[in-house]
Amino acid sequence: MSSVPLSMYLMLALILFCIGLFGALTKKNAVIVLISIELMLNAVNINLVAFSKYSLHPGLSGQIFTLFTIAVAAAEAAVGLAILIALYRNRPTVSVDEMDTMKH
Amino acid sequence: MNGDMIAFFILALCAIAGGVMMISSTNVVHMVVSLIFTFLAVAGIYVTLSAEFVAGVQVLIYSGAITIIMLFGIMLTRHDKENEKKTPKLRQFAAGGAILVFFLIMYGKIKDLNFPQGDVELHVDNTKKIGIELYSNYVIPFELMSVLLLVALIGAVVLAKKDEKEEGGGKE
Repeated sequence: MSSVPLSMYLMLALILFCIGLFGALTKKNAVIVLISIELMLNAVNINLVAFSKYSLHPGLSGQIFTLFTIAVAAAEAAVGLAILIALYRNRPTVSVDEMDTMKH
Repeated sequence: MNGDMIAFFILALCAIAGGVMMISSTNVVHMVVSLIFTFLAVAGIYVTLSAEFVAGVQVLIYSGAITIIMLFGIMLTRHDKENEKKTPKLRQFAAGGAILVFFLIMYGKIKDLNFPQGDVELHVDNTKKIGIELYSNYVIPFELMSVLLLVALIGAVVLAKKDEKEEGGGKE
């Protein structure tokens, strides 16, 4: 049905992953770091769905793994934000460089 | 250049543009809003890969729930322009160089990779087939996922709750 080659999808996923990785490594704001991680997970999901269509044994496994990844990513976002808010209560900053102690 | 190719390129361009806008913007809310753009484009990419159900889930969870949760996180914390120091240029260059090396290595590996497309019709009754698979082959991971979501829910509530003992006790 689709005539786009597999390498195109992998390339898109690679570019999105690199953007997410750059954001996660260089941004100071903890919320933006969390969001960059979501972008990286999304790039992985593209790979999973692409391989579920283009492979020697195509099937639904890739799509189902994508659903599991999305569920884990949602749980991760919720817990990450809760940790961020708990940290913010002790020390009013969202900069990842200043979150360097385990105990307040 | 047929329809599939054009749709793919437009969606890929939207996705990458959203990501680049996220990286280059300085306003935190603009960053999150440009990421909605990327998530919706990725949902379109899933449709071109004949994964309609995953595309629907992507729109609901990513562009709906996760973006809103991140906006709440931004609104509940303080984001002053002068309060946020810029990342040192050296660190940006170091990270950019490392990521460029990673990109080039991966590009060299995947640029010639191509598998033949199977003749399985994934888009016919996609949701029904996913449901049957989830309740037959993947029923244990599916149930474990419900436990994980419950743990995340309770954990988030406990973490974000105000510590009343500390509040009433000796907080300076």
